[in-house]
Amino acid sequence: MEYFVQQLINGITLGSIYGLIAIGYTMVFGIIGMVNFAHGDVFMLSTFIALIFLLVLTQILGIGSLAVALFIVLILCMLLTSLWAWVIERLAYRPLRGSHRLAPLISAIGMSIFLSNLVQVTQGPRNKPSPSFLPGVIALSEGGGDGYAVTLSYKQILIVAVTAVLLVAFWYVVQRTALGRAQRACEQDRRMAALLGVDVDKTISLTFVMGAALAAVAGLLFLIYYGVVHFNDGFVPGVKAFTAAVLGGIGSLPGAVLGGLLIGLIETLWSAYFSIDYKDVATFSILAVTLVFLPSGLLGKPEVEKV
Amino acid sequence: MDATAQRPPASRRIAAAVKDALGTALVALGLAVPILALRTEQDIFNELVLQARWSYVAIAVLVAFAGRLLYLIAAAAPRMSRPRPRAGLTPAVASVAGRIFAGGGLVLLLLYPVLALALAGSAGAIKWIDNFGIQILIYVMLGWGLNIVVGLAGLLDLGYVAFYAVGAYSTALLVHNFGFGFWLCLPLAGIMAAFWGVMLGFPVLRLRGDYLAIVTLAFGEIIRLVLINWVPVTNGYAGISGIPRPTFFGIPFNASDEGFAAVFGLEFTPLYRTLFLFYVILALALITNWVTLRLRRLPVGRAWEALREDEIACRSLGINTTNTKLTAFAIGAGFGGFAGSFFAARQGFISPESFTFLESALVVAIVVLGGMGSQIGVAIAAIGMIGGTEILRELDWLKRVFGSDFEPAHYRMLLFGLAMVLLMIWRPRGLIATRRPSIFLRERRAIRAEFVGEGRG
Repeated sequence: MEYFVQQLINGITLGSIYGLIAIGYTMVFGIIGMVNFAHGDVFMLSTFIALIFLLVLTQILGIGSLAVALFIVLILCMLLTSLWAWVIERLAYRPLRGSHRLAPLISAIGMSIFLSNLVQVTQGPRNKPSPSFLPGVIALSEGGGDGYAVTLSYKQILIVAVTAVLLVAFWYVVQRTALGRAQRACEQDRRMAALLGVDVDKTISLTFVMGAALAAVAGLLFLIYYGVVHFNDGFVPGVKAFTAAVLGGIGSLPGAVLGGLLIGLIETLWSAYFSIDYKDVATFSILAVTLVFLPSGLLGKPEVEKV
Repeated sequence: MDATAQRPPASRRIAAAVKDALGTALVALGLAVPILALRTEQDIFNELVLQARWSYVAIAVLVAFAGRLLYLIAAAAPRMSRPRPRAGLTPAVASVAGRIFAGGGLVLLLLYPVLALALAGSAGAIKWIDNFGIQILIYVMLGWGLNIVVGLAGLLDLGYVAFYAVGAYSTALLVHNFGFGFWLCLPLAGIMAAFWGVMLGFPVLRLRGDYLAIVTLAFGEIIRLVLINWVPVTNGYAGISGIPRPTFFGIPFNASDEGFAAVFGLEFTPLYRTLFLFYVILALALITNWVTLRLRRLPVGRAWEALREDEIACRSLGINTTNTKLTAFAIGAGFGGFAGSFFAARQGFISPESFTFLESALVVAIVVLGGMGSQIGVAIAAIGMIGGTEILRELDWLKRVFGSDFEPAHYRMLLFGLAMVLLMIWRPRGLIATRRPSIFLRERRAIRAEFVGEGRG
């Protein structure tokens, strides 16, 4: 029982990170119907940006307070990752809007290859261990009959709390502001939205920027949680987050978060009870099974095809 | 009305251009600052330290500034009043030119090893025949195989490498467990891969477009992960070695008394094996091409193209879309399996490292950049993309320009990704964007690719 509770805690933490990345996929797919293949690599890039700024703040500027350092890094990381996503959208996707639908996908795959190799070339191919943060844990149980103690680390609290706060803020933006309204309008009918005076290009750009900002938060949290980053870390978390978006129903924001949590839980429980070697196989199988049997996901709207 | 009369004066236009370029430079600075300026390195205590490289940032910013300024100047320069040719050749000329080009290309391919021998000598030629000739031909063959699925049937498959892997591992396992030779393994590997094509094609029959792409990607990854983790059979990451090379009608290419050189009374050099492998893969690739061209004229080939254009119309006309899709998956996968079998025999060693998603992406990129459905386009794209990245391994003189720690080969995939993006923007429809219908009424006419739908099936 204690073991199970511990896995639940770990799974929710991991799922929060996947959920944050999944929102980027789901929003972009919702608005322009494109799988933004480079999103996973944007996430990977953000882990490196976060790592570099953490090192700058702690080693060069010598900021002692951890909370201040993390906050500054969070802001910088969100800003610069968003800038990357904005430039990528401008250069690689916007010229292809209105082209046939494979063109942006291929361009995105090219961008994904470019980004991971850019980081490899500029930062080196080795694993980068970050200095450790927040090592403390709270013991939730003393360790029962089997001597297994359930612990909740400060990192995990931080990750879940940051995710929850951001989701509320994000939900507010999409539901209550003019930008969110424009986004939802573009999602429904881009041409009609343009006729009614919505700046479609700007809205799409901002969608990419918002997705990347959330991916940057996920990147910082990933760095804090795992303490090590690698240039190849974009692909698998990217596919898992995409799986989360599909499982939750692509285009649906609550669905992305729900899907993220489910994928996190499934992955953790699978590793804990079955086989850690095949945990990625489990996720990829969920992706295939969902798309084949439940293409609209848990919370998505079914796609109606008109002839 | 004169358009130039309404323009603002030149000085203000230049000021605006400079301002715009400064903005671009600022963005470039923002992009470059963490990733390019500071490199994380482990010191002797295994802790990360930062190395500053501000000169790189300065170069990036300057390049962005100059590039944007030149672009703006070029865009603002008054256009000559010459009408733009409508994307080059007329379809009829393109078709004739294509045929001449194909014939010339074939002759060139047949003579390529001879040319390499004449130009590089027998020692240097092995590298050129192996790294360029054989390597590119493998990708040409994979591209042609995938072209059946993506280009003809319009089913976007991002997991094609799975069938390549099935072919390679079938060969390796048949060799080790049953002692079969390459020529027996080759057809069996193709059949195995085609079988897997049907197995994986069956569940995805209902999916289309991007969803199909993602599911096939997932299948490709699952197969790779199984190859990694099923250690008793596949030997995991360590891979399988000792796969015998193809023999020439039972005569192996080695230095023994029964070897090729000894039998034909020649002096032994590894060159003969390389030459033989080159012609084997050339023959395999040409068979792929020939079969594809013939299949296009059969009912099943026409059904593929109809499926690509409009699945619903296709179904309304009574075409069995299930069988049509499955045959496309099976035949495409079968050619992938042949290529995989050849790859295993050529390398003598295979491991899951050779079958990553990147390989699938490479092959899909070749097919799409070549202009989906165009055989020649695929070949040109494969030569350009694979040859272009391979040639970076050879550019040692760049070290003299950029310093001795500059390694051009490290930039292969970086440039490859960039080339994919730029080529897509330049020609979203691929290099060869016209296609001839396989059946026509009264007169032969090519269709511009803009009018052809694809990737929806």
